[in-house]
Amino acid sequence: MELFWYIVLVIMLAVYVVLDGYDFGAGIIHLFFAKTEKDKKAITSAIGPFWDANEVWLIASGGVLFFAFPTLYASSFSGFYLPLIMILWLLIFRAIGLELRGQVHNRIWETIWDKAFGVASLLLALFFGVALGNVVRGVNLGMVENGVSTQEAHYFFLPLWNPTFSPQAEHLGIIDWFTLFLGVVSVVALTIHGANWIIFKTNSSINDKLKRVVYILNFVLLALVVVSLLIWHIIEPDPFQNFIQYPFMWLFPIITFIGLFGLFKVRTFKKHGMGFLFSSMFLLGGLASTVASIFPKLLPSTNTVNPSLTLYNVAAHEYGLSVGMNWFFIALVLVIFYMVVQYRVFKGKMDDVGYGEH
Amino acid sequence: MEDMLFYDRMQFAFTITFHYLFPQLTMGLSLMIVYFKWKFLRSKLEKYNEAAKFWMKIFALNFAMGVVTGIPMEFQFGTNWAKFSELTGGIIGQTLAMEGMFSFFLESSFLGLFLFGEKLLGHKLHFVTGFLVFLGSWASGFLIIATHSWMQFPVGYEIMENGKFVLNNFSALFSNPWLWPSYLHNQLASVITSSFVVASIGAFYILNKKHSEFGQLFVKTGVVFGLISSVLVAFPTGDMVAKNVAKHQPVTFAAMEGIFETEQGGSEIVLIGQPNMLEKKLDNKIAVPNILSFLTYQDWDAEIKGLNEFDAKDYPTNVPGLYYSYHIMVGLGTIFIGLMLLATIQLYRKKLYKTKWILWSLLFMLPFPYIANTTGWYTSELGRQPWLVYNLMRTSAGASPTVSSGNTLFTLLGFIGLYLLLGLLFLMLAGKIINKGPHILKH
Repeated sequence: MELFWYIVLVIMLAVYVVLDGYDFGAGIIHLFFAKTEKDKKAITSAIGPFWDANEVWLIASGGVLFFAFPTLYASSFSGFYLPLIMILWLLIFRAIGLELRGQVHNRIWETIWDKAFGVASLLLALFFGVALGNVVRGVNLGMVENGVSTQEAHYFFLPLWNPTFSPQAEHLGIIDWFTLFLGVVSVVALTIHGANWIIFKTNSSINDKLKRVVYILNFVLLALVVVSLLIWHIIEPDPFQNFIQYPFMWLFPIITFIGLFGLFKVRTFKKHGMGFLFSSMFLLGGLASTVASIFPKLLPSTNTVNPSLTLYNVAAHEYGLSVGMNWFFIALVLVIFYMVVQYRVFKGKMDDVGYGEH
Repeated sequence: MEDMLFYDRMQFAFTITFHYLFPQLTMGLSLMIVYFKWKFLRSKLEKYNEAAKFWMKIFALNFAMGVVTGIPMEFQFGTNWAKFSELTGGIIGQTLAMEGMFSFFLESSFLGLFLFGEKLLGHKLHFVTGFLVFLGSWASGFLIIATHSWMQFPVGYEIMENGKFVLNNFSALFSNPWLWPSYLHNQLASVITSSFVVASIGAFYILNKKHSEFGQLFVKTGVVFGLISSVLVAFPTGDMVAKNVAKHQPVTFAAMEGIFETEQGGSEIVLIGQPNMLEKKLDNKIAVPNILSFLTYQDWDAEIKGLNEFDAKDYPTNVPGLYYSYHIMVGLGTIFIGLMLLATIQLYRKKLYKTKWILWSLLFMLPFPYIANTTGWYTSELGRQPWLVYNLMRTSAGASPTVSSGNTLFTLLGFIGLYLLLGLLFLMLAGKIINKGPHILKH
């Protein structure tokens, strides 16, 4: 039963990354590459009717985490207190940037909200990579000092950084060179992903330029992935253990690399959705590989006093989990139905939706 | 430790108070927009469609504010109330996760269609999307109040040896006797807010002699919805909620009514007075004898326990705050019924649009339903203190153990600054939409 909810949670988070990921990427493209008013409009129209529903996947994942794994929810949300609250602030800025920009026709007003939307998207992409890095690296559960827990075994607190910026220091921070590196990977990957979405959903004049951007950034991404595989060993000396034990897990890295290498052909794609498909495969495969490599851990412990948090020691009680399955399946069918309706109505190119005009 | 708890509570109170300024309008307003759109489908009169479209703009702005300020609420259970989340997550996580899965997806998917899809969908399907947005927002309210009701009146649980609350009866969460009266009371209060907003903007247009055709439609619709909801919010729903409090939380009931001493032969109802916590009495009191006993138990002489019967450590943490919240809510509710009744009489006599003083009163009433809704929630929440889960888990036991007061104060200040900005932007943009008004009709 725990395993069922674990898979549900991972899938929901993966869907969130793919869907809201293109919103962040579109924001980054908007910040760096959109020069004309028309391009900006095409970009916001391409995500306009979707971003709100995409963000719901984050909220719903949070809800499922709370309900199925309350101990993990309590431990990680309080332990990562500051970055989580900052993510909330950034989500607010991104949303109001998108929603308020078109309400007043004034150049300074528009510039302010364009930048708010773009910068918030960039920082969110960075923060989510950093967050993944923290989960992989683990935390000092129980806040052990000199071999003694100073808190209950599953609680911790991390400041934003420690002066050494080392993932192996005794006193860890949210931001160290390892987590920051994953943040950069995330920014590059999501920029590619967002560009692919814009190519897919618009006839914007920057689409040709974006294809070049995707092509070049893909080399950067490949280099980053190779480096991250190397430094991974420093954090987790034996990252392939699970893959040897459960060979089907090799599927995840294979999907990742199909997505990554497929994108090098971006300039020859006939169908505009192909690039988006490949970058989605990269994100899904990458996330699944990462999660698989630490399975069944959800939050590793960096000390030897307190055990890691696994899906078995943080789950809610059996009855609640099984009764939850009933409503979850009903809800899931409804959610899929809504998505089908939504994407059918707003199918094809979106340049002329006129998002944000009132 | 005391500081930590104080800032955790302040942050939750501040963010939830600000957040609920927006859903209380959107829940009621979605009902009224659906009504306008329905009237349009029935009558084919363009003014109803334009009315629906105008209020959709206000709705969209409020909805966006509600969404962005709502996400921090879900996060804060974990960030600031980790111990509470850990111990009760198996139960309140159910209803909160259901809210995400059932209502947020529904609302967010169809809001986009509702706002941008009128041309693509045609009027009938457009009406359906509006109805689904309404349904989603009311489902959201339901699941939040189901969560709230469990905290007020825990049901369907057992407590394990490690202190965890474990669910053992799912359906009990929804047959909770606290749930339905609270839900209906709250939704009607939300309709009051939207009715007063619609009527107030309508009065503004009539008095301003601009868009007065829409002004009349808005005033009429607002007054009719307003009278019905103002009456129903007091009776039967408010009455039922109060009886629940009297029955299950007698110490809260004593504090909110300002009853310090048990009175032989029936309790008086306090209209005005200041709780004096030093001398355990009410200063400058104006009260009517025996009414409270009658209202509560339909018996003039029924005994109502005063605060003197309870242990001081179980008193609501802020007795005066609770007392004022409750009295402000009830006082405003009474004024709402009176004003809407007079307005309806004038409407029936076809004199409302010329009765200036009622129009001015409607105009200036705009902030008061917000105050009544807020103080109503304060009554409920301050009344539950010092408990998080009534009689089972104290608030002091629920905060995050590792988040220091310095960090919480930092984020609290951040939220205050950010929400101040949001509030200013909201007022500016709402003012702009209202000043521009609905599209002028072509005749």
